[in-house]
Amino acid sequence: MATKHLMRLDLIFKNERDTADILKKVMTKSNNDIINELISSGLKGRGGAGFPTGLKWKLTADEVSDEKYIICNADEGEPGTFKDREILVRVPDKVWTGMAACAKIIGAKEGFIYLRGEYDFLKKELLKSIDEFHLLLDELNFPFRINIFSGSGAYICGEESALFESMQGDRGEPRNKPPFPTQKGYRNKPTVINNVETLAHTYSIFKYGVDIFRDLGVQDSRGSKVFSVSGDTPIPGIYELEFGMTLQRFVEDFGDGDAKAVQVGGASGFCVPRKKFEKTIIGYQGKLTGTSLPTGGSMMIFNSSRSMYNVLHNYLEFFVEESCGQCTPCRVGTQQLLLGIEKVKRGELPSGYLDKLLDLAETMRITAKCGLGQSVANSFSSIVENFKEEMIY
Amino acid sequence: MSDVKQIVHNLTNQYGKSVESLLPILQNIMEINHVITEEAMIEVARELDISAAEVFGTATFYSFLNTSKPYGKYIIRVCKTITCMMHGKNQIIEEIELMLKIKPGETTHDRLFTLLETNCLGQCHQGPAMLINDTPYTQLTPSKVRDIINSYLVLEVSNY
Repeated sequence: MATKHLMRLDLIFKNERDTADILKKVMTKSNNDIINELISSGLKGRGGAGFPTGLKWKLTADEVSDEKYIICNADEGEPGTFKDREILVRVPDKVWTGMAACAKIIGAKEGFIYLRGEYDFLKKELLKSIDEFHLLLDELNFPFRINIFSGSGAYICGEESALFESMQGDRGEPRNKPPFPTQKGYRNKPTVINNVETLAHTYSIFKYGVDIFRDLGVQDSRGSKVFSVSGDTPIPGIYELEFGMTLQRFVEDFGDGDAKAVQVGGASGFCVPRKKFEKTIIGYQGKLTGTSLPTGGSMMIFNSSRSMYNVLHNYLEFFVEESCGQCTPCRVGTQQLLLGIEKVKRGELPSGYLDKLLDLAETMRITAKCGLGQSVANSFSSIVENFKEEMIY
Repeated sequence: MSDVKQIVHNLTNQYGKSVESLLPILQNIMEINHVITEEAMIEVARELDISAAEVFGTATFYSFLNTSKPYGKYIIRVCKTITCMMHGKNQIIEEIELMLKIKPGETTHDRLFTLLETNCLGQCHQGPAMLINDTPYTQLTPSKVRDIINSYLVLEVSNY
C-alpha cells in the first residue's frame, strides 16, 4: 500500500535468491574487512537497545576461547512487534547467512535460534530452510551448524542473559552485567546474540556494500528499519522505512486521522501524545535534534476513542505477569503501580498519589536488575504525565 | 515402569542427559500429557541427575508449561494484550465461553478444550488472535471462532 510521505524500502524483504553467492563472498573476505564494513555501515542492534553490531562481533572475536556461540534472538515478545516472524518466514536465508558470517569471524561452530514458543508453528519450515543452508556450508567446507531452541512463553527470555539461562535449563532470570555476553554468554562462553532483523541487515550490507546502508537514515541512526504498525490504523502491517522520520509524518501516513498518541517501542517504550508528534524523531539516541526515540520497531497508534488508562492498565498487567520476580523493585514495583492506578481511578486514593507512583517508577528505573524493570517507567511516566486527567476521571 | 517414567526415559534418551535438555524434555512431556506432574518432575530430576527443586523451578516458571490440573487436548490461548483487546478480544472470549461452557483457566469435562488468556502472540496487525495448540488464528470474529472450534469438534467425531 502506498504511503504519502515516507519512502518504503525493500532491502530486507527483497527475495534475492543468491544466498550461495553472498555466502561465498563473505567466506572469502578477511575477518577484519567484514568487521570494518559492519562498523562503518553504522548498523546497530534492531531489537531495540541499539548496540553497534560490528563492535559486538569484534569484541567477541577478540575473546580467547575454544568455544563460542552465535545466537539469533527470535523471542519476539514485545507487545506490538511481529516483524521478526515475517523476516523468518520470508527471507530466512539472510538470517542464516548473517549467523554464518558471524560464526566465521568469532570462531563459532554452533549457532542457535531462540524461537519463542508462540512461533512454534514456524519450526518445520525453518528446519527445512536450515537443512538447505547447511548444504551450502558443506560445499564451502565451513563447519558450522544452526539449531532451533524453543521458548515456552516467557517475555523475559528476550533479555539476552535470561535467554541463556533458559537455554541452560534454568528459569529465565537475567544475570548481573558485567560480564557481558561477549565475554560470558551461553554456557558462560563468549557469545554474540543478535536480533533477527540485525542479522538480516548484515546480508544487505554484504551484498550491496556499506554505502547503500549508510546513506539511509540520519546521524547515529543509519539504515532502514522494519516497523510493526498496529492499533488504530487502516493499514496495519510491516513496513521497512528509513530512520529519522518525525512521528508527525508517520501518523499522517499510518494514522486514521484521529491519532491522539503513539506508543513507540511497545509496552516497554514511550507514549508520545499528539502535541509532541512534530518534534519526536524515530531513531537511536545520539546527536539528533529534538527528542529521539530508540525502538525495536513496535508502533501502536491510539485514536481519541481510546482510554489511555486502559492502555496503561493493560501494559501494567502484562509486566506484573512477565516480571521474573527475582529482584524486588520489579516484582513489587509492577504490582504496586497497577494497584495504585486502580485505587486512584476508583477514588480510593487522591490524585496526588500519582506523583508517588511516578517516583516509584523512577526508582525502578535505577534499581531494577534488568531492562524489564528499568523500562516500566518509560510507558508509565509518559502515559501518566501526558494523560493525567484520564488516569483520574 | 509407569507411563510417565517410560515417557521421561524415552525423552532423555532422545535429548540427552545434560541440563540443556531440561526445557525440551519438559515441553515434550507437556505435549504428550498436557500436564507435568510431580511424578514426572521427580523422574526428570532423577534421569538428569539434578535436584527435583531445580526441575520444579523451571517447570513452574514458563507460562506454556502446566504443573497444575491437566489441560485439555486442545489448548486455546486468546491474546489479551493491547491491540487484540482493542479489536474485540472480549467478544471472542465470550463466544468461546458460551460455546464450550468454560471460563478462562478451565477445561471442558470431556478434556478436549482448555481456555486460557495469554500475553502478546505477535499477531497485533491482525488481531484479535489466538493459538490452538501451535496453530495461530487471526482476525477473529465471534462467528469465525465458532467455525474454528466446530472444525475441531468435527475432527474429534470423525476420529472417534
